[in-house]
Amino acid sequence: MDDAGTVAAFWILAAITVGSALMVVAVRNLIHAVVFLIVSFLGIAGLYVSLSADFVAVTQVLIYAGAISVLILFAIMLTPRAGRDNAETFLRLPALLLAILVGFTIGFVILEADWAIADRSSFEETASAIGEALLSKYVLPFEIASVLLLVAMLGAILLVRPEGPAEE
Amino acid sequence: MSVDLEHYLVVGAILFATGLYLALAKRNFVGVLMGIELMFNAVNLTFVAFSRFVESAAPLSGHVFVVFVITVAAAEAAIALALAVLVYRTRDTIDVDRIDLLKW
Repeated sequence: MDDAGTVAAFWILAAITVGSALMVVAVRNLIHAVVFLIVSFLGIAGLYVSLSADFVAVTQVLIYAGAISVLILFAIMLTPRAGRDNAETFLRLPALLLAILVGFTIGFVILEADWAIADRSSFEETASAIGEALLSKYVLPFEIASVLLLVAMLGAILLVRPEGPAEE
Repeated sequence: MSVDLEHYLVVGAILFATGLYLALAKRNFVGVLMGIELMFNAVNLTFVAFSRFVESAAPLSGHVFVVFVITVAAAEAAIALALAVLVYRTRDTIDVDRIDLLKW
């Protein structure tokens, strides 16, 4: 049994997250869609806090609500003649059917499965434990992630660089 | 009344379905990318929810995995948006139904 505040916080955050995710689909302007996407990301960060995942919540705000949203806005601004509308292609109806089908299938499995619920209280704080895990058990993926980020950075720079030799 | 694992998982499922629809149906490439990011977020939420509620020897592994997913998602977003700018330069559009050079 949780106290009323926790329950109310979950429902409000879930409503904000799902509502703004649906608004991303519904609004007709691409810039507005990005704004609703940011709201959805912040709602998910709130849900992380309610799951006592403090480090992941802060990372979510920094990387998703901060960096990736700005990156998406940059892409919209760098393609000025490509149109700002948020329209669907001819695949609208099959995509809607498939999305509903996938959603209901996952939902059915969630409600039917017998999860091994642990009798555990919420985490006290997670940042130090995550840091230790990253530098002991998960040190190889950690190093590979740094190489991946370097390659992605170089690749992005190389791709958008103008053609031809650099001007002296 | 309490908040259980299933509540979070259902929120994740709805977000995933929304992201899937965006990725499949949107005409603008940036819209497709927003759908993919939404799907990443749905999966991350599921990871953290499992990490909090489900029996495990190392419950924080889910959080570590989420950190890696966010890293890869950031790299993916940077490359995908660079590709969008590149396509825009040559084709003057980023509508996915008009990028049809490979179509018969």
